[in-house]
Amino acid sequence: MRRLLNARPHGGGGLLLGLLPILLLAIVYLAASGARHAENPRDRILPTPAAMAAAIQTMAFEADPRTGEIPLVADTTASLRRLAIGIGLATATTLVLGLSVGLLPYARTGLGPVITTISVIPPIAVLPILFIAFGLGETAKIVLIFVGITPVMVRDLAAHVSALPEEQLVKAQTLGANTWLVAIRVALPQALPRLIDALRLALCPAWVYLISAEAIAADVGLGYRIFLVRRYLAMDIILPYVAWITLLAVAMDLSLFLLSRSAFPWAYSARNR
Amino acid sequence: MGALTFRNVWVEYGDKVVLEKLDLKIEDKSFVSIVGPSGAGKSTFLRLALGQEAPTRGAIDLDGEPLRAEPGPDRGVVFQKYSVFPHMSTLQNVMFGAECQARFTGRLFGRRRREAREAAVAMLEHVGLGDALAVYPRELSGGMQQRLAIAQALITRPRILLLDEPFGALDPGVRLDMHDLILGLWREHGLTILMVTHDIKEAFKLGTRVLGIDKRRRDPQAPHRYGSTAVYDLPLDEKARKKPPPPDLAAAV
Repeated sequence: MRRLLNARPHGGGGLLLGLLPILLLAIVYLAASGARHAENPRDRILPTPAAMAAAIQTMAFEADPRTGEIPLVADTTASLRRLAIGIGLATATTLVLGLSVGLLPYARTGLGPVITTISVIPPIAVLPILFIAFGLGETAKIVLIFVGITPVMVRDLAAHVSALPEEQLVKAQTLGANTWLVAIRVALPQALPRLIDALRLALCPAWVYLISAEAIAADVGLGYRIFLVRRYLAMDIILPYVAWITLLAVAMDLSLFLLSRSAFPWAYSARNR
Repeated sequence: MGALTFRNVWVEYGDKVVLEKLDLKIEDKSFVSIVGPSGAGKSTFLRLALGQEAPTRGAIDLDGEPLRAEPGPDRGVVFQKYSVFPHMSTLQNVMFGAECQARFTGRLFGRRRREAREAAVAMLEHVGLGDALAVYPRELSGGMQQRLAIAQALITRPRILLLDEPFGALDPGVRLDMHDLILGLWREHGLTILMVTHDIKEAFKLGTRVLGIDKRRRDPQAPHRYGSTAVYDLPLDEKARKKPPPPDLAAAV
């Protein structure tokens, strides 16, 4: 018999194997939910699929009579807007700071220590300061995402840029490139795939900071809604919301990956493509 | 006429002397092979010529002007590895030199771009990469990558071409092809070449002059107190190039 080490799943078998644990989890949930409802038909902790479908109907397809808006749409728009601005600012800052720190000895000496220091401060500990400084509005939430993910991304990108072989930088100079041209023609293109990787890894903390900020002070948003309905033990709303957040996060991650692969073919070996 | 002149050049790191009392005149259009044991300072010598490093004492002149301690377009270079840009196709790699004339955008447009492209294509065809214009370096073999690196370095017509063990990582057969290529380019373009190599046969086959860099004196108690210098300096004519290298030099390397 083949050693376990060398046995590989083939084609559709692999897909099935990947789906199996998910299917098992679903069955365990349905069984537990059924058992609880058999004992107490009004159980709220593990809602039945029917209850969740009803909640989805109310939240995602009917306008809230008080605000006139569909709650899920309003929450998603607000959350994604905060996330997009925060992540956008973080990415732009990372690009400028990461390239400078990675490429220029003066920037490395001058900015390295402060960036390292900021990156080890737990961002949630800074949240009260942000609320005091920027009020309870949008700014504090966006700044929290920005402060939370930027320092780590800058460190990652700077490390990547400074690890570029010195031969490349020398070669570019012997071909007539000045500092600026080395930055935009040699370092920047090679930094971009890494920037997207750093961004993909930063998505998870970004969501954490967004939902934390929304949980504490907001009047709309995915995190706000979850923490609002928690008071009524409304698991039938919370679970679909969590599933929706998961779906959004997976979609972002996947689209960033596909973007990187199509935009930077040289960074992926022929086999991976 | 001396293209590159070293006048009493010393390189010291703290109290460690790497190169001492280096007095050399590299003639225009010569092909100088530099050999020596590992750690003798061959690479430091090349870094000096490249401007990656400045001498602690002494002076280096290029065409009578003091050499700027910074790599520049008057000195082209081919390293053993990492010499080409992985994110550019072969054609883009060779066009990069011309594109650096656009100091701010790093891109050429219109007629100038067309001319740069034609020159790059011609150069690539010359080194045998005419069929691989749109390929990324990682898809090229080691020998083809070095061909690309040479084409890229030559497109800006450098005053001096510096080669740092350029063929060290190549298979023997490919190495012979590369010897023919570099000798051909050297004659056609009237280049001045400084080549560091580990391969003494290669040094004698290609060079018009062989420099052996090693320590002249040794202090067993403090080996770092004496630096290396040019202990052998053999000009080679056509006849000498055919003969095998002298045994004492071969033993030293």
